[in-house]
Amino acid sequence: MSMIKCEINGLPVSVPAGTTILDAAKGVGVTIPKLCYHNDLDAWAACGICVVKVEGSPKMLRACATAVGPGMKVVTHDPEVVEVRRTVLELILSTHPNDCLQCGRSGNCELQDLSADFGIRDIPFEKRAPEIPRDTSTPSIVLNPEKCVKCGRCVLVCQEMQNVYALEFIGRGDGTRLAPAADVTLEESPCIKCGQCSAHCPVGAIYEKDDTKAVWDSIKAEDKHVVVQIAPAVRVAIGEAFGYEPGEILTGKTYTALRRLGFDAIFDTNWAADLTIIEEGSEFVKRFAGDGPLPLITSCCPSWTDYMEKFAPDFIDNFSSAKSPQEMLGVMSKTYYAEKAGIDPATITMVSVMPCTSKKYEITRSDEMFASGYQDIDYSITTRELARMIKQAGIDFPALPDSECDSILGQYTGAGTIFGVTGGVMEAALRSAYYLITKEDLEQVEFEAVRGMEGVKTAEIDVKGTKVRIAVAHQMGNVQAVIDQVREARKKGEELPYHFIEVMACRGGCIGGGGQPHGATDEIRALRTRGIYTDDEKSKLRCSHHNPEIKRVYDEYLGEPLGQKAHELLHTAYTERPLYKK
Amino acid sequence: MTTIAGKEKMLTPEIEAFIEKWKGKPGNLIMVLHRVQEEFGYVPRDAAFEVAEALGIPVAKIYGVITFYHFFKLSKPGRNQIAVCMGTACYLNGGQDLIDECERILGVGLNTVTEDGEFSIEAVRCIGCCGLAPVLTLNGEVFGKVNTKQMRRIIQQFEGK
Amino acid sequence: MAKKTREELRNLREVKKTGIAQRNSSGESIRIIVGTGTCGIAAGAMNTLDAFQDELESHGINGEITQTGCMGLCFSEPTVEVAVPGMPNTIYGNVDGKAAHRIVKEHIINKVAVGDYAFEKPAADIITDETDDTTKKQKRIVLRNCGVINPESIDEYIARDGYAALEKVIFEMTADEVIEELSNAGLRGRGGAGFPTSLKWKFTKNVESDQKFIVCNADEGDPGAYMDRSTCEGDPHSVLEAMTIAGKTVGANQGYIYIRAEYPLAIDRLNNAIDQAREYGLLGKKILGSDFSFDIELRLGAGAFVCGEETALLASIEGKRGMPIPRPPFPAVKGLWGKPTVINNVETWANIPMIIHKGSAWFSSIGTETTKGTKVFALTGKINNSGLIEVPMGTTLREIIYDIGGGIKGGKKFKAAQTGGPSGGVITEEFLDIPIDYESLQSIGSMMGSGGMIVMDEDDCMVDVTKFYLEFSVDESCGKCAPCRIGGRTCYNILDKISKGQGSLEDLDQLKVLAQAMRKASLCGLGQTAPNPIMSTINYFEEEYLAHINNKKCPAGKCKDLLSYTIVEDLCVGCTACARVCPVNCISGEVKEVHAIDQSQCIKCGQCFDKCKFDAILKG
Ligand SMILES: Cc1cc2nc3c(=O)[nH]c(=O)nc-3n(C[C@H](O)[C@H](O)[C@H](O)COP(=O)(O)O)c2cc1C
Ligand code: SF4
Ligand code: SF4
Ligand code: SF4
Ligand code: SF4
Ligand code: SF4
Ligand code: SF4
Ligand code: SF4
Ligand code: SF4
Ligand code: FES
Ligand code: FES
Ligand code: FES
Repeated sequence: MSMIKCEINGLPVSVPAGTTILDAAKGVGVTIPKLCYHNDLDAWAACGICVVKVEGSPKMLRACATAVGPGMKVVTHDPEVVEVRRTVLELILSTHPNDCLQCGRSGNCELQDLSADFGIRDIPFEKRAPEIPRDTSTPSIVLNPEKCVKCGRCVLVCQEMQNVYALEFIGRGDGTRLAPAADVTLEESPCIKCGQCSAHCPVGAIYEKDDTKAVWDSIKAEDKHVVVQIAPAVRVAIGEAFGYEPGEILTGKTYTALRRLGFDAIFDTNWAADLTIIEEGSEFVKRFAGDGPLPLITSCCPSWTDYMEKFAPDFIDNFSSAKSPQEMLGVMSKTYYAEKAGIDPATITMVSVMPCTSKKYEITRSDEMFASGYQDIDYSITTRELARMIKQAGIDFPALPDSECDSILGQYTGAGTIFGVTGGVMEAALRSAYYLITKEDLEQVEFEAVRGMEGVKTAEIDVKGTKVRIAVAHQMGNVQAVIDQVREARKKGEELPYHFIEVMACRGGCIGGGGQPHGATDEIRALRTRGIYTDDEKSKLRCSHHNPEIKRVYDEYLGEPLGQKAHELLHTAYTERPLYKK
Repeated sequence: MTTIAGKEKMLTPEIEAFIEKWKGKPGNLIMVLHRVQEEFGYVPRDAAFEVAEALGIPVAKIYGVITFYHFFKLSKPGRNQIAVCMGTACYLNGGQDLIDECERILGVGLNTVTEDGEFSIEAVRCIGCCGLAPVLTLNGEVFGKVNTKQMRRIIQQFEGK
Repeated sequence: MAKKTREELRNLREVKKTGIAQRNSSGESIRIIVGTGTCGIAAGAMNTLDAFQDELESHGINGEITQTGCMGLCFSEPTVEVAVPGMPNTIYGNVDGKAAHRIVKEHIINKVAVGDYAFEKPAADIITDETDDTTKKQKRIVLRNCGVINPESIDEYIARDGYAALEKVIFEMTADEVIEELSNAGLRGRGGAGFPTSLKWKFTKNVESDQKFIVCNADEGDPGAYMDRSTCEGDPHSVLEAMTIAGKTVGANQGYIYIRAEYPLAIDRLNNAIDQAREYGLLGKKILGSDFSFDIELRLGAGAFVCGEETALLASIEGKRGMPIPRPPFPAVKGLWGKPTVINNVETWANIPMIIHKGSAWFSSIGTETTKGTKVFALTGKINNSGLIEVPMGTTLREIIYDIGGGIKGGKKFKAAQTGGPSGGVITEEFLDIPIDYESLQSIGSMMGSGGMIVMDEDDCMVDVTKFYLEFSVDESCGKCAPCRIGGRTCYNILDKISKGQGSLEDLDQLKVLAQAMRKASLCGLGQTAPNPIMSTINYFEEEYLAHINNKKCPAGKCKDLLSYTIVEDLCVGCTACARVCPVNCISGEVKEVHAIDQSQCIKCGQCFDKCKFDAILKG
């Protein structure tokens, strides 16, 4: 790649062609303020905060969207530039409610940070904050248009990264809004509740629906037995809210924190991930052996199932009927655990802590989510919400000792933990499917082919001479290509390109979930991923079928994988959901 | 893409033929919306959904476009559409007075339809007849050098037609 | 009509030339040419046309009636040119049915010009073509065919050397020679910014790409401008020919004309011209039997000024919201669907065939040091002869307004002229003599713009006009970037306050700060130039702002909130005229008694003021 030599604030810079002024400046220790730009997205170049002077250009140029050129002379900070930026910022604030004290993003808001850095004390311009009602129609996210700074990130995420097109710019000029089309609510729109818009929003204009109050109420209620579970990806990200580096594995501290918050039993979704693998792995083996239909497609991501039900209902039969780990743990707590512990399931409140906004939707998505006779999961909160609860309870998280989770629905294998990253479900399933097909264990349990940030990863796995073709896709927008490939083969009656497909709606898998601490970039996703794989590597047991607590639950309660009881409790069904039903 | 099913079709066979002709061409959406609006006077909701289906474009994109361009309307305009030019030449020569007068005569404001559905008024930006300013169009017919007095007569011409 | 070879095209031209020459001299047959541009039709040209038809028939006269585009005399529409053997061709203005009757009877039958309607000079002196004569201020290169040929006839275009330049480019010139020729001519873009056309073409030509595009910007969003409409209506082939030349030069096979939907007639004429050119093999596969193929399609705008900005325009052609994107990369390198794209304005295009045909030396001999050729202006506002004019660069505003435009309407005092529309600034009395070119206009805080020239008189309030422009920019902002979306609205609100007498001196300072931020940090030209009218009017008319702010007065009597109408008791004779005209019936008084205005009801429409014959109503 050719290198470009230029000058930033008089400092010589040499960067690869195509590098933006913003990134080039970083390299020489210069931070250019920005608001609309996000690493995951092509520069939309809207806000005008990142403007810089470039010799020879009469207007200022946007550092986020302008590539450096040979010999370019850039000035990023001088009184004039700073003055222009400040005026732009003041203008943005003049249309903003500025009610940080009632805002979920306070302390962690890109606009608030800018305002602090610029030392804004007054807004000289006439205040004109619009009054537009919030959209609270989905169980997952809330849209508060009053706080929107029109950075465009959510639209780019929803359309380009996720290929959902739930959100669009509506209207123009100073009446521009970011909203679902055709005057429908988000719930009636194609939204798949992935929450990626909320994870990318720089301000408090799109955020997770807060269920912490209900959780607090349950904890306070004398007659409730409150059970909690934490998902794989939570443990490597929760620390970010407390000053840890991303990817730090904080399972033990999180258990302790949950206990101090007052939960009565602490389980781990990773355990249920092992259970899911047994069911789904068995399902794959059965279908692969000739029962069909193939490809089998993973279904543990509710945004993905929602997407499929809306955009690709012709794949309903291909979906694994196995429930997601969250739901399996829910139903097992209100049945098996309740029975074992002698607790009336009616008094159990099941709370899940997820990296995910979509899990809030999953808990009521169909009748099968009530398989225990109750709503299997009562509340699902995100990593961000848990962090807030911990802070509200005055718990000094870093100072906490580690502890273990509670028994029978807690112990997990490395296969369970890697559910949190893209390729993880596939890898875990292959580890066990290999055993189920060959009755032998793998020597090498890592499948490098399904790891990494490539949008679609494909491989052919040799299972003792039998070839299994697999595909792994993450970030919803990458899925369409895989679906189309299968459709094409079907139409032409050709051999299927894949036998087994894993899909995760979020970039990087759940570690990049819509409910994770804000500010995720690929760098941060990589660190979280590293954390997950380290957790796997450190595990003594690395295959789901080796989990003794799983074995026990089949022996004592469920019977056979895919058996009748397992079917009643652990499986679900899908239905076509036409778009814009209003 | 699955959209609302089981409804009667809104798009006429002529529009469908038009869409068929334009389908293969990139950037066809705006041309198709022009055609739809030419038929209905606005872009009815169901028509927008059918266009989405026919062109394989997300509904969101279609509404993004409709609401961006002032030309496209989402609600039915009056049977007679008055468009008063508010370009610079017309403004300087009294365009605003024409709008005021028009509003007074019809008793409705800009971008609204009279109760009987007969008239609607809008302001447009220069129709290129600035030499005749102030200018207005009624159902596309251009009237130049209009004064407030003529306003009533022009409207009467179209009343009940 | 089959596709033509080069040879056949040349033969056709020779044949048709004689026909057209005839009519330029006094002619051997009777011809009546009616201007049927949009504004002609608006003024009743179609009725006029029918009237002539009837008149000729009823008198049993054998004559030909044809149509033509804008003659530039928009103030006298419908305009008609009459050619009768033995008489100089004569142009008639304001020709209605009655006039048609008289013209047929007096001019055609009795061979006496109808003085009440006829322009004094012979037609050849009004539609000056390019005979240079210092007494004639205009020079028509772009408008060479407008108002002369029938725009629906490709033959007439060909007869006037149409498609000769294309021939030359296809068969005799290399791409580099074409670019060299444009460069020597010094042609700069007429869409507003004045960027050298040859450079754009060169960039696009030099980029490797499997596909390239040619785009004509006929969005003409500047309110109060209609040069491009008239060119497309009056001489559509000149645009098609030029685009095809560009296609050949840079290696593109597809062109698009992006034209606003508000111009239905121009759209028809362009479509008609495209069909004709295809029939003649001047568009389509293997043009004139060569290896070069090129075709053109229309794409319609839908009411968004910002779509005149080139990146927004391309987005709109792609069927998207017209929101600009940052440049660089420029469209010349990465344009339509990511492919290299040449975009030029209608007027820029219309110059090109003539430059190729007559040579760069000829073209560059016209104009000023930095700015060659001519400029078409739509001269409107408070001017006697509003119309479409074309003048050599370097002409002064005084010449335009007084010599060509016939001075200010109603003998009022000239106050300012605005070029560049909402992006431009005012030119005041003191600068009436500066020669018009890109640089000099910029140096006085205005700009060439695309050619709208709005003349304002003493009755126009600069605060009000500025507010009007800001309202326009706010309404037309795409809303993408904060400086323009919010800054524009904030400026507008401040101006609104000032116009209502609620402004303060700090507001003026705020306007300046906002203008700076908008200019520097807006993403596209709309936001960057939206504050120009503010800065320009504050610069030249500060006292008018101060009058609104300090004295709560609008010196021009335009800002309604600072205005009241009162009846002077001593002067009122009680004629009741004012009461009868008042639209809200707020004037009371018995016949022959002093009248009075109920100030709480008065909407300040000024109709009473205009009506009172006794100067009894005071405005102030
Ligand atoms: C807000 C805005 C509106 C514009 N509108 C027009 C227009 O209506 N017609 C036009 O030809 N150029 C318009 N332009 C200029 C174009 O972006 C572009 O510079 C021009 O079409 C290039 O052609 P030229 O080099 O032949 O002038 C506009 C620019 C801006 C920023
Ligand atoms: S979005 Fe940010 S700046 Fe706005 S109220 Fe919330 S915390 Fe404050
Ligand atoms: S930061 Fe200031 S305004 Fe906000 S809560 Fe603290 S004291 Fe109050
Ligand atoms: S949650 Fe996902 S699908 Fe829904 S609007 Fe946000 S990004 Fe789009
Ligand atoms: S909702 Fe958030 S992400 Fe979307 S445009 Fe507004 S501020 Fe940006
Ligand atoms: S990938 Fe994970 S975090 Fe994202 S929506 Fe799916 S389950 Fe939730
Ligand atoms: S300057 Fe105005 S019109 Fe241009 S991109 Fe920004 S908001 Fe849109
Ligand atoms: S200004 Fe108009 S409204 Fe006021 S009194 Fe005169 S006519 Fe009536
Ligand atoms: S028109 Fe003049 S003179 Fe007549 S009643 Fe009115 S104010 Fe008096
Ligand atoms: S960060 Fe560059 S324009 Fe917003
Ligand atoms: S300003 Fe009204 S027609 Fe141009
Ligand atoms: S003569 Fe009609 S447009 Fe000029």
